[in-house]
Amino acid sequence: MRIRRFTTALTNGTLALGLLAVAACTAANPDAPADAPVADAPGDPGASTSITTTGATTSSVPADTGVTTAGASADASAAPAPASSGGLLATVRQRGRLNCGVQDKLPGFGYLDPSGEYKGFDVDFCRAIAAAVLGDATAVDFKPLTAQQRFTALQTGEVDVLVRNTTFTLARDTQNGLDFSPTTFYDGQGMMVRADLNVDSLAGLDGANICVGSGTTTEKNLGDAMRKAGAAFTPVVLEDTDQVFSAYDGGRCDAVTSDKSQLASRQTTLADPTAHVILDLTLSKEPLGPAVLQGDAQWADVVNWVVYGVIAAEEFGITSRNVDTFLTSEDPEIRRLLGVEDALGEGLGLTNDFMVGVIRAVGNYAEIYDRNLGPDTPFKLPRGANRLWTEGGLLYSPPFR
Amino acid sequence: MNAVVRHPLRNERIRAALAQLAVAAFVLALVGWLAAGVLADMRARNLVPGFDFLRNVAGFGISEGPAFAPTDSYGRALVVGLANTLRVAVVGIVLATAWGFAVALARISGNVLLGGMARGYIEALRNTPLVLQLVLWLSLLRALPPLSEAIALGSVGAGAGAAGGAAGGAATQTAWLLLSRKGAAVAWWQLTDGAPFLALDLPTTGRFGYDGGLVLSPEFAALLFGLVVYTGAFIAEVVRSGIEAVSHGQLEAARAVGLREGQALRLIVLPQAMRVIVPPLTNQYLNLAKNSSLAIFIGYPDLFNVSQTVGNQTGQFVAVLGIVMAVYLTISLGTSLAMNAYSRRARWVGR
Repeated sequence: MRIRRFTTALTNGTLALGLLAVAACTAANPDAPADAPVADAPGDPGASTSITTTGATTSSVPADTGVTTAGASADASAAPAPASSGGLLATVRQRGRLNCGVQDKLPGFGYLDPSGEYKGFDVDFCRAIAAAVLGDATAVDFKPLTAQQRFTALQTGEVDVLVRNTTFTLARDTQNGLDFSPTTFYDGQGMMVRADLNVDSLAGLDGANICVGSGTTTEKNLGDAMRKAGAAFTPVVLEDTDQVFSAYDGGRCDAVTSDKSQLASRQTTLADPTAHVILDLTLSKEPLGPAVLQGDAQWADVVNWVVYGVIAAEEFGITSRNVDTFLTSEDPEIRRLLGVEDALGEGLGLTNDFMVGVIRAVGNYAEIYDRNLGPDTPFKLPRGANRLWTEGGLLYSPPFR
Repeated sequence: MNAVVRHPLRNERIRAALAQLAVAAFVLALVGWLAAGVLADMRARNLVPGFDFLRNVAGFGISEGPAFAPTDSYGRALVVGLANTLRVAVVGIVLATAWGFAVALARISGNVLLGGMARGYIEALRNTPLVLQLVLWLSLLRALPPLSEAIALGSVGAGAGAAGGAAGGAATQTAWLLLSRKGAAVAWWQLTDGAPFLALDLPTTGRFGYDGGLVLSPEFAALLFGLVVYTGAFIAEVVRSGIEAVSHGQLEAARAVGLREGQALRLIVLPQAMRVIVPPLTNQYLNLAKNSSLAIFIGYPDLFNVSQTVGNQTGQFVAVLGIVMAVYLTISLGTSLAMNAYSRRARWVGR
């Protein structure tokens, strides 16, 4: 008797569940809004910014998420947006820490120094953003990410911003639901070979074994470039960057291909760095920069203008050492950049003098570059395309006004 | 049981049927809900569901297997990956079976040294992760001398380097077997241009690799060896337990009718043991085929490895993973069917 009642209950329960599921299914089905049924769906790229963050990122965001964000930043110049308008900026403020997705195995860009502290070019941009948003460059929680994990980490809200030598491409902008900030490092895919092979072109690598990492655009660029050069090759495809370079170092491959900055960085870690040369050619354009989740215009603006700010600071010659002497400058652009005049910072939802804090903490672009990649580091990367536009490079900040 | 006007829900059979229906509906609804979610998600990322992308040009290269150029399609890339998976799985199953039987016989031979060694091998290999073993084998192969100093066995000539041994260092070497960090190359029969028959082709060291001969890449060698010795250890235990399951009286009876030990094993014990061995042996075959997907860790371009690259470049992970799952399922079910057929035959013959 008791068993029978139990089965009845079970049956009814299952029935109810089934009906519920059917209902949910039909509700979610064909023409429901694209981002309704799946928790990790990024904002629909086609939709306007009025839908800001999706469920995944809102765990700690107040319920009124972002509806006002778009408006707030659109007419920011008119009325200073209160920082409490929701969105990621408010979330980060509330949390008091910035979650920044970085590399942890790429000396010069993102790595752990012997004392266990994150260092590098990308890492410094995380610190710059933290200094701007929280007034404290050390209030950053670094999340080391692999090439495969990085976009998911951003989409699920595990990180607020991704500064992990990520190439800005159209497909990533649209398919992954990202917004890219201005390029911080103009890179290109290069090729490192053993010096004793006496190779100076891709054609000279006809028939060679070439080590390459998977999960990136590198594999396809390699195929394209070798096709153009009319050279056959055998790719040795490995998942992990460490494996790629240890296979090359161990003699499995005659050459290894990756971003030039990465090749220069990794060359210093090879058994005999002098036995390898980076060929003087570029296989592809790789503009690297920070990325944020699409749909939160205010947060994207903050990241964008922090990047522009350090570039502008170099242009004006403002450094971490002399920033205080510029506070009394007569130059109206400098006064606006440092928040002495106007209220540009408030327009971003920050304090007016946010760039003073940033420059004090990490310095201008040149300081960040030289500290991590410049002549005093093992990499000695020439600035190349990463010079200011006034010096023949590509770095150009829109005006602060 | 005066069951004339009973409420239908009080009827146990109706209720059971209803319950099953409900569960089926629930599962279906869940699947539908997930599918709808996936489709919506794909639409949000501007991905077109379907398999049309398989016809697009792949653009990347594949290190070994059937000929593949970057101008070939994604579909072709997956086929090459499948061929590589089948190559390592089929060769692996044959070798692992032979090796497993040999180790099992050593284990029960009664010879203390042989039995002890077999036992140590089985325990060490069975109880450490396969990925670890694969990485170990690969790093051992990477410790071989570089190509210019390739170890040559049965050297037939050298361009300028010393014949035989690793002393050479200069120019080319031709030999029956060459070993270096670039892999192994052995003499092999090949159809050469103009010749109407298969000619023996000896490998020669070139600038970047071997010319001629049959070349085994370090990745393939490491994966094959790793799968064989790992699965072989399990097969040895399966075989041993199968043989020990045959009643001792059978062996004594075989001896009594005058059969020698080898004959007794081959004619009396093994045929009966096979009935016990085949089902778990099938499991080991399936494991070997599925474990071959660990190739991605050491860079062998098997189906799974290639599919990850295809997925990464097209964004079509759902379709690609669907294909890969269907293929592995087919391989596994095919193996199961073949082994079941054999098992049925063994049962009848055994009676």
